Amino acid sequence: MAIYLDHAATAPINDAAIAALNAQMRKLGNASSVHNPGRAVRKDVEDARHKLSELINANPSEIIFTGSGTEANNLAIKGFFWQSPTRNVIVTSAFEHHAILDPVEWLVEHEGAEQVLVPITKAGVIDLDFLKNIVATRGNEIAVISIMHSNNELGSIQPIAEVVKIAGDIPVHTDAVQSFGKVDFDFEKLGVTAATISAHKVGGPLGIAALILRRGLDLTPILHGGGQEREIRSGTLNAPAIVAFAAASEFAIANREANFARVRELRDYFIEGLKKSVPDVSINSVIDPALPGIVNATFPGTESDALLLLLDTEGISASAGSACSAGVPRPSHVLVALGLSESDADASLRISIGTTNTKAEIDQVLAVMPSVVERARNAFVVSGLK
Amino acid sequence: MKLIAAMSGGVDSAVAAARAVEAGHEVIGVHLALSSNPQKYRSGARGCCTIEDSHDARRAADVIGIPFYIWDMAEEFHDGVVENFLSEYADGRTPNPCLRCNEKIKFAAVLDRAKGLGFDGVITGHYAQMQETPLGRVMHRAVDPGKDQSYVLAVLNTEQLAGAHFPLGDTVKDQVRVEAKRRGLYVANKPDSHDICFVPSGDNAGWLRDRLGSDVGPIVDEAGTKLGEHKGAYTYTIGQRRGLGITIPAAGGEPRYVLKIEPKTNTVVVGSHEALAVTKIVGDRPIWCGPTPTENAEFRGFAQVRAHGSPLACTYLQTGSEIKVDLDEPLFGLAAGQGLVIYDGDRVVGSATVAHTE
Ligand SMILES: Cc1ncc(COP(=O)(O)O)c(C=O)c1O
Repeated sequence: MAIYLDHAATAPINDAAIAALNAQMRKLGNASSVHNPGRAVRKDVEDARHKLSELINANPSEIIFTGSGTEANNLAIKGFFWQSPTRNVIVTSAFEHHAILDPVEWLVEHEGAEQVLVPITKAGVIDLDFLKNIVATRGNEIAVISIMHSNNELGSIQPIAEVVKIAGDIPVHTDAVQSFGKVDFDFEKLGVTAATISAHKVGGPLGIAALILRRGLDLTPILHGGGQEREIRSGTLNAPAIVAFAAASEFAIANREANFARVRELRDYFIEGLKKSVPDVSINSVIDPALPGIVNATFPGTESDALLLLLDTEGISASAGSACSAGVPRPSHVLVALGLSESDADASLRISIGTTNTKAEIDQVLAVMPSVVERARNAFVVSGLK
Repeated sequence: MKLIAAMSGGVDSAVAAARAVEAGHEVIGVHLALSSNPQKYRSGARGCCTIEDSHDARRAADVIGIPFYIWDMAEEFHDGVVENFLSEYADGRTPNPCLRCNEKIKFAAVLDRAKGLGFDGVITGHYAQMQETPLGRVMHRAVDPGKDQSYVLAVLNTEQLAGAHFPLGDTVKDQVRVEAKRRGLYVANKPDSHDICFVPSGDNAGWLRDRLGSDVGPIVDEAGTKLGEHKGAYTYTIGQRRGLGITIPAAGGEPRYVLKIEPKTNTVVVGSHEALAVTKIVGDRPIWCGPTPTENAEFRGFAQVRAHGSPLACTYLQTGSEIKVDLDEPLFGLAAGQGLVIYDGDRVVGSATVAHTE
C-alpha cells in the first residue's frame, strides 16, 4: 500500500506530458540553430510557449523559461533589485517559500539590500494594512514587492490584485508555483509585473519552469551566456521539457474545475475524519479561498519527524516544514509566521491531496492515524522526560 | 525485530545495519544530528557532525535498501554531553564525552524514542559482544582487541543493554572494510574518527580556552612553591609532562609531571613521577552492565581507566554508591572524572566515574 499525500512537493507526471516529452526527446536540433532541424525544434518550443501563454493569459514573449521555480524566483528578486540601483528595499511576506526568502537574505548579506517582511494574519493572509503603510512611507525605496499567490503549507490564496493596487508603480512579483493549474491564475487580469510557475507541480516534468515578465521590461540576468530568453536567461532551450510543460499545463487546466471540486471534497472529507480520529487535532490550513488539497494540522504532544517516520512505515507520504542542508528537520517558518509556537509548529504535518488520490485512500489514512499519533506521543513523552 | 540503526556515516554503522537487515530484522536507518548548526562543531570529513556524514549515512541506507531519517538530537547532545564536558573541566576533572554520549544519547534519548515509536532496540557499529546467560544479557570485549569499544559502552545498564545490538563485535575491522566493499558501501575506505567529534581539529585545549577563558594561574610544587604560570588550569592533564614551561629545574634534575588541578584556586600542582602513583581508586555513579556484584564483597578482576588503556589486575568491592578498587600494581596518572570500567576477564562488570584516588 502506497498512498501519496505530498502533491505540493511534487505531483505525478501526467500521460500527456510523458507522451510529449518522449516524442520531443527524439527530435534533433538546438532551437537557436539556423538550420532546418534547429528551426523545427524552435517551432515546437514556440508552439509550447504560445499554448502556455494562452493558458495563463499572457503574451508569448512574456514567458521566460528557466530551469526551476527556484531559479525563476531568484531571477525575479535579484533581477528587480539590481535593475533599480537607487532602491534597496525588498518587500516579501513572512511566509514565502525559501526560494524567495533566501535570495533576499543573500542580497541583504552581500549587496546591501534591506528586507521588509509583511506579517501574516490569523486568517493566513498577508497584512494588507502593513503593506499599505510601508508603501506609503518608504515607497520610493522599494525595488520589488514579492508576495506568493498561494501558500504551499496553508493553501491560502493571497489578495494579489490588492497588492498590485497598493504597489502603484513598484514592480510586483508573485510566486504562483502552487496556484498555477489548480486555481484561477490570469497574468493579465492580476496585473502583476512578474510571476513564477513551475512544471512539476502541475503534472509536468522536473527541471522546467518559467518567469512570466511583462513585455518591455528588462531584468539583470543571473545566468550569462547565449542570451536565449530575451537576453534575460541564457542556456540552450530544454525543448522536450518545455513541450511537456505546455502539454501538462493544458491537461491540468482543461480539467481544473472538475479537479478542484473533487480534490476539495477529498480534503473536506479528510479534515472531518481527522477531527473524529484525533479529537485534539487543530487545523492550520485555510479552507477558503484556498488551494483545494492542502491540509496542515497540529497534533499536540508529537514531533513531526516521528509522525512522518511512522506514516512512511505505513506507506503514507506526507511532509512537514523543511529541513536544513544536513537534513535536520526545522519547525516550519510558515506556521511560526502564522503565530504558532515552535513546539506546535514542530508537531504539525502537511498533507497535500492531489487528483490521483481516492476516498478509499483517505479512509486508510484515517484508519491508521490514531495509532500513529499515539506512538508519536509515546516517543515524545519518553524523550521529553529527560 | 524492529530496530533503529544509528548511522553515523562511517563504515562500521553501515555494515552493522546491513548485517541486521540480512539477519531478518526490520531496520530503519537514523542519523543523529548532534549540532543544530552542522558546521559549528567541526568542519572536516570525519567526526559525527558534518553534512558530509549525514549524506554518507543516507547513501549507505539507500544502498542497503532501508528507510532513512535524520533525528535532531542537538539539544540533548548539547545539554547532556557538551555542557557536561565543559563543567567537568571547569571542576578540574577529565571527562570522557564518548561514554557520556552512549549513556545519555545513543542508548537513552535514541533508544527511548525508538521504543516509544514501537521499535525494539538500537543497532550501532560499536565493537563489543553480547552474550545471553541465565542471569541475563552480558557484554564482552570485541574479538578485535585494537577496536574493542566495550570500555565506552560500560555505562549501559541492563535495561539499555537489552535494547542494544552490536553486530560487529565478532569481526575484525579489516574484515568489516572488506565486507563494506563487497556490499557496495562506498564508505568502505573512510578513515576512522578518533578525536572528540565536537572539538574541531582535535584542539581540546584551544576549544576549552575559548569557552572557559584563559585566566593565568600559578604552577606550584607539592610544597606550594611557585614554579611558573599557566593559561587555564583545565588545559592540563594529570600525568602531563611536556609543555609545562617551568624554567626552575627540580632537585636532581628529574622531570616534573602534573599531579593535581585545583580549579578553585586555578592552580596546577606538579611533582615527581612517583607522586603520580595510584593504587586505590574510588568511583561514584556505579552502573552495572549485567548482574550486580554482591554489595561489600571483594572480587578479583581488572580495572581499565581509558578507552585503549591496559586492563589492570585488581580487587574490587561495591558499596551501593561507590566502587572501590585496589590495584595489584600502581598506575601512574589518573584524573577524577575519567571512566573506571571493571572487567571479569573479557566480560564487562560495570563502570563508575573516578571520584578520588590514593
Ligand atoms: C511556493 C513555491 N515556490 C517555489 C518552489 C520551488 O520550485 P522548484 O521546485 O521548481 O524549484 C516551490 C516548490 O517547492 C513552491 O512550493
